[in-house]
Amino acid sequence: MEAFTSLASGLSVAIQPMNLLFALIGVLLGTAVGVLPGIGPALTVALLLPITFKLDPAGSIIMFAGIYYGGMYGGSTTAILINTPGESASMATALEGNLMAKAGRGGPALATSAIGSFVAGTIATLGLTLLAPYLVEVAVSFGPEDYFALMCVAFVTVSATFGDSPVRGLSSLFIGLLLGLVGIDILSGQSRLSFGIPELYDNIEVTTLAVGLFAVGEALYVASRRHIHEEKLEAVRGSLWMTKEDWKRSWKPWLRGTLYGFPIGALPAGGAEIPTFLSYATEKKLTKYPEDFGKGAIEGVAGPEAANNASAAGTLVPLLTLGLPTSATAAMMLAGFQQYGLNPGPLLFAEQPNLVWGLIASLFIANTMLLVLNLPLVGLWVKLLAIPQPWLYAGILVFATMGTIAANPSPVELIMLAVFGVLGFLMRRFDFPIAPVVVGLILGPIAESQLRRALSISLGDPMVLLQSPISATLLGIAVIALVLPFVLKGMGRFKAVED
Amino acid sequence: MTTSPKRRIDVAGLVIALILIGLAGLVWWDMTKLQILSPYDLGPKVMPIVVSVGLTLLAIGNGIGALRGDLPPRDSLDWKPIILILGGLACLIALVAVGGGFMIGTAILFATTSAAFGRRAFLTDLLIGAVIAVFIYLLFGKLLTLSLPAGPLEHLF
Repeated sequence: MEAFTSLASGLSVAIQPMNLLFALIGVLLGTAVGVLPGIGPALTVALLLPITFKLDPAGSIIMFAGIYYGGMYGGSTTAILINTPGESASMATALEGNLMAKAGRGGPALATSAIGSFVAGTIATLGLTLLAPYLVEVAVSFGPEDYFALMCVAFVTVSATFGDSPVRGLSSLFIGLLLGLVGIDILSGQSRLSFGIPELYDNIEVTTLAVGLFAVGEALYVASRRHIHEEKLEAVRGSLWMTKEDWKRSWKPWLRGTLYGFPIGALPAGGAEIPTFLSYATEKKLTKYPEDFGKGAIEGVAGPEAANNASAAGTLVPLLTLGLPTSATAAMMLAGFQQYGLNPGPLLFAEQPNLVWGLIASLFIANTMLLVLNLPLVGLWVKLLAIPQPWLYAGILVFATMGTIAANPSPVELIMLAVFGVLGFLMRRFDFPIAPVVVGLILGPIAESQLRRALSISLGDPMVLLQSPISATLLGIAVIALVLPFVLKGMGRFKAVED
Repeated sequence: MTTSPKRRIDVAGLVIALILIGLAGLVWWDMTKLQILSPYDLGPKVMPIVVSVGLTLLAIGNGIGALRGDLPPRDSLDWKPIILILGGLACLIALVAVGGGFMIGTAILFATTSAAFGRRAFLTDLLIGAVIAVFIYLLFGKLLTLSLPAGPLEHLF
């Protein structure tokens, strides 16, 4: 098995003391930001980008991946104990998890989500290990037109297919694409949408956009509706450990959750919400204790938690093999690669096998670290929730502005941060999804250059997009994915199903 | 999706549609100034055209949604904290722009944000913000050798 020899050599990279340290920092930071409301893994990676610029690429990327995995673990703690899921991926967990905590079974709920996350994360990372080499082989034969078509699929699925409203999702995406246009066009040397402002000639910094949307936007939004609801922290009462009964009721949901999470995460459709809600619905149907649902059923925590961790690993498949980010965090990780001049894709596997396989191997290590850190230390993580909300958000904003000016010390950059913050606030208020903006900014310019490369090879004949069988198929999928939500209006709204 | 029994035109939704139309127009206008240099390259104009057309269609889509009143329900809004946070940001931006360094601005931003979230100890928070700013300056500036905008206070370190 070629994959395992690669993985073994990757392991030798991952267990270097420095890389272990980076993985540990990553999972600690990830868990912390996952637990804290208001900061997610995407924002954390965005804030760290300017700071890690001068560090070793392998170490930083291992740290980013640790943050991603850690965020998934930490998010469940908040979802279970205060019923405010840190991110959409934990929404399904909050449904039964918070009820369990209210019934004094917070301990087992946290335990089943931590162990389930470990099981799912490990299986899914194994899936990544086995799947990646095949995808890389396929991707090597991709021409520019095929890449362009693939990105169209990602654009559509990320923004339109699975959201609440395809129109609002696509609006977000096109705002991202618009922002991606700003700056000097590399191929022709002409500036677009720059209006003579020097800071705009060098394109819009992904960090500034992400930090503005996620940190400033979130702070404005939460502050503006603080008068509406009060959060209540449930104390962890009773035993942390799962009874034999809990184990018996948990293991099947873990495995089923993994089966939903990994493939859906790996498809260029992204998002952890779909698999978590699918898993929730499945467990509700299959359970032997239907009377427990609505009162705190452990299956309803075990399944979705496994699904969300498995989907995080799944998301790394298109990211590493094709350079295709399908979630906000994956988009920030792509920006992390790009800041070192690395472009994820088949070439990266050939040119930097140590880095890629070191990263994959370190995911196994990070997962184990997370299990060890999370179960016994859950009391400590919960203490983080005691930070007063005013200081928490004030601190977030201070770090957000520092990160931005450290990357680019100019008042214009800060003005852009504030503008993106207002944009993020308005988008939250009017229920426009945020991730498509970030994906549009990062992928838009890549898609454009692939399209133009394809067209210049074909001497300007746009039929090249349909003559390649791969590209034609992918474009067909993109069209179906675009039209489907309009046709099936009212379907696929998992939130509605849950009500 | 919950729809209110009386469907009425959503003014905010119409404004969003207008903004999208405006952006589409801006992109189109900017595109007309570009030149196509190579006969084979579709050039820098393709993507702006796609984006502009896309935004126009989406503006229409959003406009229809607003006229039918199908926007998701919104909660009431408290403007005071928003003004406080943006005011703090504005102070920071102004101070950086005039060369006042970032420490004072950071302290102000910390205190205003904290006030936006309901704390009523502005001076204490200003002090805490200042301590954090010094800490960040030492960490970023000295340890990680990143350049932060410096003013009179920063030169003391």
